[in-house]
Amino acid sequence: MTYIPHSPKERDVMLATIGVKSLEDLFKDIPAKHRFPKLDLPPALTEMEAAAELAELAESNENVRGDLISFLGAGAYNHYIPAVINHIISRGEFYTAYTPYQPEISQGTLQAIFEYQSLIAALTGMDVSNASHYDGATAAAEAVNMAFAQFRGKRKKVVISPTVHPQYRAVIRTYTQGMSLELAGDNAEADLESGPESLASLVDDNTMLVIVQYPDFFGRVYDYTELIKSAHSKGALVCVVTNPTALGLFKTPGAMDADIVVGEGQPLGIPMWFGGPWLGFFTTKKSFVHKMAGRLVGETVDNRGQRSYVLTLTSREQHIKRERATSNICTNQGLLALASAVYMSVLGKNGMRQVAELCYHKAHYAAEQLSQIEGYGMCFPEPFFHEFVLCCPKPAAEVNAHLLEHGILGGYDLGQDYPALKNHLLIAVTEMNSKEDIDTLVDALSEVDHE
Amino acid sequence: MSSISTALNADVKIVEPTLFDLSSPGRKGVTFPDPDVPRAKLPESLLRDDLPLPELAEVDVVRHYMHLSKFNYSVDDGFYPLGSCTMKYNPKINEDTCRLPGYVYTHPLQPVETVQGNLALMFTLQEWLKEISGFDAVTLQPAAGAHGEFTGVLIMRAYHRSRGDAKRVKMLIPDSAHGTNPASAGMTGLTIVQIPSDERGNIDLKALKEQCDDTTFGLMMTNPNTLGMFDEHVEEVIKIVHDCGGLVYGDGANLNALLGIIRPGDVGFDLMHFNLHKTFAVPHGGGGPGSGPVGVAPHLADFLPTPLVGIIEEGDDETPPLFGFVTPKKSIGRMKAFHGHFGGGHVRAFTYIAMHGPDGLRDISEYAVLNANYLLARLRNTYHVPYDRICMHEFVAEGQFAGSDVRALDIAKRLMDYKFHPPTNYFPLIVHEALMIEPTETENKDTLDAFADALIKIAEEAKTQPELLHNAPSTTLFGRMDEVKAARELVLCCWLPEDYEKIV
Repeated sequence: MTYIPHSPKERDVMLATIGVKSLEDLFKDIPAKHRFPKLDLPPALTEMEAAAELAELAESNENVRGDLISFLGAGAYNHYIPAVINHIISRGEFYTAYTPYQPEISQGTLQAIFEYQSLIAALTGMDVSNASHYDGATAAAEAVNMAFAQFRGKRKKVVISPTVHPQYRAVIRTYTQGMSLELAGDNAEADLESGPESLASLVDDNTMLVIVQYPDFFGRVYDYTELIKSAHSKGALVCVVTNPTALGLFKTPGAMDADIVVGEGQPLGIPMWFGGPWLGFFTTKKSFVHKMAGRLVGETVDNRGQRSYVLTLTSREQHIKRERATSNICTNQGLLALASAVYMSVLGKNGMRQVAELCYHKAHYAAEQLSQIEGYGMCFPEPFFHEFVLCCPKPAAEVNAHLLEHGILGGYDLGQDYPALKNHLLIAVTEMNSKEDIDTLVDALSEVDHE
Repeated sequence: MSSISTALNADVKIVEPTLFDLSSPGRKGVTFPDPDVPRAKLPESLLRDDLPLPELAEVDVVRHYMHLSKFNYSVDDGFYPLGSCTMKYNPKINEDTCRLPGYVYTHPLQPVETVQGNLALMFTLQEWLKEISGFDAVTLQPAAGAHGEFTGVLIMRAYHRSRGDAKRVKMLIPDSAHGTNPASAGMTGLTIVQIPSDERGNIDLKALKEQCDDTTFGLMMTNPNTLGMFDEHVEEVIKIVHDCGGLVYGDGANLNALLGIIRPGDVGFDLMHFNLHKTFAVPHGGGGPGSGPVGVAPHLADFLPTPLVGIIEEGDDETPPLFGFVTPKKSIGRMKAFHGHFGGGHVRAFTYIAMHGPDGLRDISEYAVLNANYLLARLRNTYHVPYDRICMHEFVAEGQFAGSDVRALDIAKRLMDYKFHPPTNYFPLIVHEALMIEPTETENKDTLDAFADALIKIAEEAKTQPELLHNAPSTTLFGRMDEVKAARELVLCCWLPEDYEKIV
């Protein structure tokens, strides 16, 4: 089935207007020996058949709403998504529009992005937010680009905490491979127990950026105020990678004087969707706005005196500045920025705090119960939010395999990224986990060694 | 805070208040149950003092966004001939399939045994994109077209370096290229050399030859290019670049002209990105999410980003194969967290390709090219078309008339009064006052005729009533914006009003 509306008669009239006899005649510029290849693809399905095939594939997965109880986080979180979000982002006026280049007929998208920028700025405690990046990892990589531009390439060192998400660190390494940078602190042998102070000693006069995560990859919550002050004393900028759900409860990176705050917006009403598409948010101080990548919406008035919104500071962007642009980003995550704005507005001040507290209390209950099982214990003493590291008496992979047999998606096996932590599970608990779920996990783990 | 908050004059009219304007202290929207576990002690010194988010009821939020949605023009609403953007109809079934619970509620780090449906879908999509493009391997990880370009440039870099060839620093880019091409190449520190077009809209072969030497990293070529022209010397262009040791990158933004028509891999392109949000009907979402897979020829397969989806245990008559993740031998690394835009990108595109099949895909391109040539035929006597031959899926006309001060911008804005979205304007840069028109295959003859009639009428108005164009649009909800004010005052956020808590 196709979506081509032409009747044969209309097609023929059009061909005659063009002055050619057949559709084939339109393709004479194509090298003859390569023209009209026969594609070896399955024959076309009708909508009814496609719907059935896609449903069958989907059902062959085990999902976390019915099939499995999940305690897996590590950068993707199973949160409740209010019904209203899907209804709003499913309006064709939003999802079938393009990037709002024509503001007179795109005010819906533009005001929605302006409000998204405002909500994210308020949540992170920062001055300005852009209109989005692909995900938290690429937003962190763009922070490096921004710092590089801020120092005009004169500072070459980036200090990265080893407890920034391993995939985010990997993306930063990929992005910067042509930039001759020194990446310090990001190594497998790093001391994972020491706090942020240990990073301060790596910051020198050549350091352009320090990157830390809040809560860190192990779920720990540190106040980075002193580290940031110390980095600033060397002239370096500091980027905090943060979890937006945690900011419903915890002190903002803005209040710690962070220069750049980035993160993954998935927890804000966006489904896990096997990894995407999600939403990278990026905020900074107003003084850096000209070096910021990505789209920005600003307020103005139209020629009828009405408050309205436009894409602004576009001279930073690729379509104007080409190879001198701060980034090549063009299409971003518009519709998911809208989804997160609906989430933040429909939860509001009250709901955002409620979700954060639910995650906190349930994670702490789980931690307390799990650490009472013989052989298991909390690995780190620091305050944590909704994720924590559980030390296990055997390899985490074996523990997870056992849990899966009980219908439980266990934690993240930290040995995959930190060789010293192969008996360590990163457990995530959200408002979606009931006390019963947690007790089931505790029971399943209690019997692991008695089999 | 107040220095960057809203500071509009009292006489500015507010059409729709912001979420922050609508907020009222103590109002609640979606609430959550009380904890079913004992409350733990909160770490007081680490908590925030204030959470200055709006307070709204659900109905307030719904009405607000309903109002905003009505301010937008969209494909569901009408013709959107934005050149190089492929604003085709987005089939509704794709919206349903991508929201099936099996896709929506799966975690990217689940054991592969529990997500075989997702992995089978991704593996099959990789295979289909290989078949459609003639490439040997495909990564689905890149998030958008520009992200795919950056991925491609890093792959090209890794290839040259693997051969000990570090002196190649010069990326050749035609003057008709999308702005993302030079920006993507610039991100790896390459020097950009612009190659002019000849009088038929092809790459100027003489200029190309002059720039091809042992410092040539490669060529980024959009074909059909942004003039809508298929390069008549494409094989020769590729040969010239290959002969000096460079690689040829294909910008797949214009692939909607080529499905079942020609496979870029067959002609000798070394790699190319796909825009699933253009060619394969993933909706544009008001600016994303997109999805920008990259296909490569055999000699580049080892450099693809990690991970790819592969078969990790072969199946037999009774058991299906086990799909899992594999890392290419000399991978450039990871381009983003997890596996790419699975739900909103891969599932929608998979549904679309499955429903079209090989013949339907060819129909897409044939009718996209038919529609563009039909509009060109209807308009060429009214608007000057500087590169005028059979076009592919789009063409570029000049939005100016001798002796008139009407510009492309005025024509674009006037089209809104006729209920059409304007074409892309002022791009490509090599055409004066460019109007770049891409109708796509999903528009019928009536729509195309109405659009052509409107443009012909506007050309007449340009002569008789130019002020109509200068002041356009006049029938839309909003008029032209003061963009200078936006950039000068830089109001990028709004906040809850001062003394918000005292509002009753």
